[in-house]
Amino acid sequence: MAEITLRQALQKGLSEAIENDPDVFIMGEDIGAYGGAYAITSGFLEKYGPDRIKDTPISEAGFIGAGIGSAAAGLKPIVELMSISFSLVGFDQIVNMAANIRYMSGGQINVPMVIRAPTGAGMQLGATHSQSFETWLCEVPGLKVVAPSNPKDALGLLRSSIKDPNPVIFAESAGLYGTKGDVPEEYFDIEIGKADIKQEGTDITLISYGHGMPMINKVSEELSKKNVSSEIIDLRSLSPIDYDLINKSVQKTGRALLLDTARKNGGVMAEVATNINEDSGDYLDGPILRVGSEDVPWPYNRKLEQHAMSSVPKIMNKIEQGYSL
Amino acid sequence: MNKEDYLNLYRKMYLIRLFEESCGENYSKGFIRGFLHLYIGQEAVAVGSIDSLEDKDFIVTHYRDHGHAIARGLSTDGLMAELFGKETGVSKGKGGSMHLFDSDKNFMGGHAIVGAQMPLAAGFALASQYRKDDAVTMVYFGDGATNQGTFHETMNLASVWKLPMIFFLENNFYGMGTSVERIRSNGKSFSNLAEGYGIPSTVVDGMDVIAVKETTKEVVDKVRKGNGPALIEATTFRFQGHSMADPAKYRESSEVDEWRKKDPLESFPEYIISKNIASKDEINDVKKSVEDEMDAAVKFATESNEPDLESLSKDVYL
Repeated sequence: MAEITLRQALQKGLSEAIENDPDVFIMGEDIGAYGGAYAITSGFLEKYGPDRIKDTPISEAGFIGAGIGSAAAGLKPIVELMSISFSLVGFDQIVNMAANIRYMSGGQINVPMVIRAPTGAGMQLGATHSQSFETWLCEVPGLKVVAPSNPKDALGLLRSSIKDPNPVIFAESAGLYGTKGDVPEEYFDIEIGKADIKQEGTDITLISYGHGMPMINKVSEELSKKNVSSEIIDLRSLSPIDYDLINKSVQKTGRALLLDTARKNGGVMAEVATNINEDSGDYLDGPILRVGSEDVPWPYNRKLEQHAMSSVPKIMNKIEQGYSL
Repeated sequence: MNKEDYLNLYRKMYLIRLFEESCGENYSKGFIRGFLHLYIGQEAVAVGSIDSLEDKDFIVTHYRDHGHAIARGLSTDGLMAELFGKETGVSKGKGGSMHLFDSDKNFMGGHAIVGAQMPLAAGFALASQYRKDDAVTMVYFGDGATNQGTFHETMNLASVWKLPMIFFLENNFYGMGTSVERIRSNGKSFSNLAEGYGIPSTVVDGMDVIAVKETTKEVVDKVRKGNGPALIEATTFRFQGHSMADPAKYRESSEVDEWRKKDPLESFPEYIISKNIASKDEINDVKKSVEDEMDAAVKFATESNEPDLESLSKDVYL
């Protein structure tokens, strides 16, 4: 075990993919000479050369599409977006090409491609740079969507994403790049579609993903002060979602608090709530509770932005009201 | 070119013409549904250009894709069955007219969002460059697609990376019902668009199959040698409406009549006979064999099964 940052975990996963598989290459805006907007590929160009580390023009539709074509031709591109907010410019390529092409070709063409993109608010970047469109992409069959919350999961999910024969959206919480955690030295990977119980408990199931997890951990600490025992689930994979694990947990605890990191309206947790309602409704001791960001465009002002985001007091308040805990 | 080569070009053009006429007929009968865009009038473009490609080359095209698929040698059985929505179709009945694929023939679609096929095509070219396998990628698009951002993004990308790809513009002078003059900022010429990206371009008469073939061959050879991308503009015309739903009220019938005088299905066999390359009987033999092939394709499509309902959720993920 070694303690490394989530950024270092991604660097490790990307480096080994480049070194082990000649079909893997990385492309995106400013990933080469500049070293990456969030320094994930810092030093890569010098080490691996311009064929493997391709700087692109600012043409998201162009280079996402080129990634898809190269994947359809059998390469394994890893495309980095500077922000998942910029995925909108290439959405047609992601949805109509990457996701649909296998189905509409009757299964003839695969797109073994990873699109990595920083996501999430909290850095005062305003409305256009703070959004979390990984939730939109969960609606699209043909795509897989993952969102790690810690260095170990980031490495394990990155390995699985690169190996996966389908297009995978790899949503990286920008606020977590510096988060430290233990990562095993020996090889491991994490199956896409498997959630993880981060903490076992008996009274309430707390579910989130990505940068929702640090908040959930604090909520659990607050609850334990009140002698409430929390089971914590990290979804890790937003599409597909591990409903089996979720329902088993909720059937044990009888309560569920779901935290979206994106805006609440249309969030992934709406799907989770519906599924719990259908499959575990008889086990519930009260309503399923859901917290997400406010349904407003992201503001620049720090006080307003923080107010738009979920917080430990908001979640505690919800739990106190919903379950009288 | 020997006699067989000439007859083969004619055969493919006639096959496309009959295939499209059969599609129109079967659309009217309700066997083919959805949007159906016929290639009638443009046959010389697909046949001449694809004849200059090798098996290892990639083809990426637009929604008016039947002609390219037939020119590439996809089976007319599989194509007609696809249009009939049958499980034996080239895309198992899941793609339809606008989404024809055959990866064994490097025929990579059939793409129905105007201009969206261009970045994808750059990816195939990028893969060829990455592997140094000397294949080129041919991407077809219409005049309407030149107004999409993806066209400009891909031209820049292809030029800056020197990708082995040919931008093949089929200028039929109408983007659906809107004529080029009404929406192009700079007149009718498209060659200046490529120049701006440092991409050489050539204009060819898209009604002349030999001219298309020779021009394409010359351009493909240069691109294959690593000189970077090139653009070919073929001027052509679709004799029918944009789709089966289009009565084509936006253009004068005299304009259509003028273009019909250049119909390659008339002029090319006349040329073959007048130059004593082949006899009228030999042309008629080709016609007969194409007619038989089309009868068989419609029979195959008619008799094939619908996909079973379990196939609905197959082919989403691998």
